[in-house]
Amino acid sequence: MNFAVLQFPGSNCDQDCVHVLRNVMGYPTQLLWHKENNVGDADAVVVPGGFSYGDYLRTGSIARFSPVMGAVKEFADNGGFVLGICNGFQILCEAGLLPGALIRNRSLQFRCEHVYLKVATYNSPFTSQIPEGKLMRIPIAHGEGNYFCDANTLDEIEANDRILFQYADREGDITDHANPNGSLKNIAGICNAERNIAGMMPHPERAAESALNEKDGRLVFESLIQSLNPASTTA
Amino acid sequence: MSSDPSITPELISEHGLTAEEYDRIKEIIGREPNYVELGIFSVMWSEHCSYKNTRALLKGFPVESPRVLVGAGEENAGILDIGDNLAISFKIESHNHPSAVEPFQGAATGVGGIIRDIFTMGARPVCAINSLRFGDLSNSEVRRLFRGVVSGIAHYGNCFGIPTVAGEVYFDQSYEGNPLVNAFALGVLRHDQIARGAAKGVGNPVFYVGPATGRDGLAGAAFASQDLTEESAEQQRSAVQVGDPFMEKLCMEACLELLATGAVAGIQDMGAAGLTCSTCETAARGGTGVEIDLAKVPQRSPGMTPYEILLSESQERMLIIVEKGREDEVKRIFDKWDLPWAEIGNVTDTGQMVVKNHGEVVADLPAAKLADEAPVYHREAKEPVYLDEVRNFTLEEIEDCDDPKSALEKLLEWPTIASKNWVYRQYDHMVRANTMVNPGSDAAVIRIKADSVPGDDAREDFPEKIIALAVDCNATHVYLDPYEGSKASVAECARNLACSGALPIGTTDNLNFGNPHNPELFWQLKESVRGLSEGCTAFDAPVTGGNVSLYNQNPDGAIDPTPTVAMVGVVEDEAHVTTQWFKDKGDAVILLGEPVGKGDILYGLGGSAYLQVIHGCKNGKPPVCDLGIERTLGTTLLGLIQSGLIKSAHDCSEGGLAVTLAESCFSELHGRNTPCFLGADVDLSSIVDIRSDALLFGESHGRIIISTSDIDAVKTVERAKLMGVPAQRIGTVGGDQLKVKLFNEEYAWEIAGLHDLWWNSIGNAMA
Repeated sequence: MNFAVLQFPGSNCDQDCVHVLRNVMGYPTQLLWHKENNVGDADAVVVPGGFSYGDYLRTGSIARFSPVMGAVKEFADNGGFVLGICNGFQILCEAGLLPGALIRNRSLQFRCEHVYLKVATYNSPFTSQIPEGKLMRIPIAHGEGNYFCDANTLDEIEANDRILFQYADREGDITDHANPNGSLKNIAGICNAERNIAGMMPHPERAAESALNEKDGRLVFESLIQSLNPASTTA
Repeated sequence: MSSDPSITPELISEHGLTAEEYDRIKEIIGREPNYVELGIFSVMWSEHCSYKNTRALLKGFPVESPRVLVGAGEENAGILDIGDNLAISFKIESHNHPSAVEPFQGAATGVGGIIRDIFTMGARPVCAINSLRFGDLSNSEVRRLFRGVVSGIAHYGNCFGIPTVAGEVYFDQSYEGNPLVNAFALGVLRHDQIARGAAKGVGNPVFYVGPATGRDGLAGAAFASQDLTEESAEQQRSAVQVGDPFMEKLCMEACLELLATGAVAGIQDMGAAGLTCSTCETAARGGTGVEIDLAKVPQRSPGMTPYEILLSESQERMLIIVEKGREDEVKRIFDKWDLPWAEIGNVTDTGQMVVKNHGEVVADLPAAKLADEAPVYHREAKEPVYLDEVRNFTLEEIEDCDDPKSALEKLLEWPTIASKNWVYRQYDHMVRANTMVNPGSDAAVIRIKADSVPGDDAREDFPEKIIALAVDCNATHVYLDPYEGSKASVAECARNLACSGALPIGTTDNLNFGNPHNPELFWQLKESVRGLSEGCTAFDAPVTGGNVSLYNQNPDGAIDPTPTVAMVGVVEDEAHVTTQWFKDKGDAVILLGEPVGKGDILYGLGGSAYLQVIHGCKNGKPPVCDLGIERTLGTTLLGLIQSGLIKSAHDCSEGGLAVTLAESCFSELHGRNTPCFLGADVDLSSIVDIRSDALLFGESHGRIIISTSDIDAVKTVERAKLMGVPAQRIGTVGGDQLKVKLFNEEYAWEIAGLHDLWWNSIGNAMA
């Protein structure tokens, strides 16, 4: 099982994703330069966080035109798994692979802190291995994470069980107080209709090791690995 | 250059040069300089580049230890060995004046500049910290500067992808109009990856890489070396550079990739004094000459004069001397990263820095003399008059505290003591996935893993390391006694590292002072350097580099002297990483160190936060810092931590014992809006013959509050005493109140209430 982590100019969580997939989860993982036009032998693609192209103009808006994004689209059209994290989520929205947009945090400031996530559905390759009822504690770090879409889209996302994560308080309640950026319905992550493309603002790769006092983010990668190869046993 | 102005005494003075300095220039070059050359001397001989007023003093710093691989002043930043062929490079640098004029860009480019210093050494920058000073938050202009500086740092660091893991922020009127922005960065490399800023190899081509040169930041180094006035700020707005962290990220990745090829003979960033400084310093270090043609330098706007191109401080640019015949590797890598590059000249054997424009010589100066023979001044120092008043201050003028309950609340709410979450939540402090202790404890702790090394370390079993970082300076104490206050800044840093489980290994300092021509201000500087030197010597933490920022004053006077100290330590094992907050109900609370410094007639209240907040007075001799005691305290605590006895450790500083206890009760943060509270029942009634305000809020040095499991308490106290450190169990963790019993009275505070005052204070002020 091989992973590819995209590398745009300005990506800065690319190494973190490679580290977790390769050294923590133990799978071969390659960086994929933005000028490449195929994803090679990758079984899953991670679009990492950072400030691709400096996030000039609008977050993710330039990265979507990179040659590699054409390859990712083709890969996803054929059912390949794609996970976008933070800036990666923004890029997937800009590329039209996920609905909606991530706009400026309502605080108008960058926010870096640990948040609690309620898992809204276990029916996805990205959440299937998360124990039911588990409240996830994972950091966020973004200035534009305020998820927005029109009412019809939101209805469709909700009706089709496509919300993956919602910001919650420590009791697991979805409250406005627990919403760090103003996202509609406290949305922290969603998937596409076919359920093979996901985007999330929180950083599971920063919460996957006991050395950092964090383990919850691992569950996202374990889910992905299990979905790619149901026979695999994850630690 | 027919359009260049002729050299007049006025023009010389506008360039910040004295008549004597001008004579010296003529002596060095054996003729009158032209306008371009005058500009070059002006920036190279500014305090920022030449340390002309401080070089003699700085010689007193301890700079050696077996760990030093690159020492202070040799290169852009020092490098220390951390074992297993790994090393760290770190430095702190100020961007005070630019931040006063344009807080967002001023602070952002401060971060950019220090990151460049680190990757110029061949290291991958892995974390940043900073030290900030502003006036009183009740002033809207101060809030504008504070907001701008914090968002500028956030913008640059977050986009670049470096975690900002720790810092300090003080608010004091003396910084009104002259905020301090000191930025620190640290990078990691292997010993074999150390890069040098020397122009080696006659005939080697000189490359310019990075974005085009514009008119921004013209002569910023010279600007930083004058008093800040309203007029100068307005005139010098163009001296502030504009930062592009995205460009710097690309430039860093490309430079590290290029360094790995071995095609680089020398590398130097274009920081202060831009192209001028980088060409003449690389030539001076290489013992060579450099010849460049400005016509080949990428330019952002048409019609730039040689003077402008040479003195521009446009950001994110590097000068690279390439091994002849390997030019294509530079082109390949910089093209890959879509970065502009240009071959602008070559290394010569003349010892001259020759600058041409379309082939015509516009400057021809001896590089080594220009870089190294700036005048050295031994300024007059005179003890300031205000110190008489300080010495005469006694507590007789002040009644003992009749309401400690509200005093503690006011102290926790005081912005200097209050939580800095409003600041650090705007900084990405976790990118790179190495941050083991986030902002909010005594020191930040990060691990160093294979991808912290440029090019990813290929070792099968990478020897991971853990380092801790702290930055401190109680400038009020320094103002009231520059020598003791400066020693104490070093000691506080070391205490913070010890509390985190680290052994100090090196220091970088940022001397922020007023105008050195004022003998009283120069005396502060001299005394401060003496204190810092003794402190760093005591902790075997040599100074590996740093920065001097003088002329920090506005029309109302100078800032409090602020020798910011940043110290780095090594944690031996993951299990030793310790945080400041209490862990479990029933644990013992133990005070290490004397409750009150011996022989201090002010009982630690001189210059204290308590006097400032409750009595509105900034006076009294600050507590004496005994470095022998501090060193023993640090090694003892570290030994206890390494034995596995210690659950939490928090040092006493501003606000004294009461603030330290309160912070130990409430500073753990589990997640957004989710602090963890653990009260404590503390009994200090055995400590008699001391005023209650001094016992609760005095700031005697050499004290740390630790907690251990109940069963380990006796053993811990005994071991500490055996090592010569006074120790006593003073209480037990538990409940939802902080209860403190004194010999005459008992007080109790609700933890949740104290926390909210502390946590929200700055956010409320900024709302």
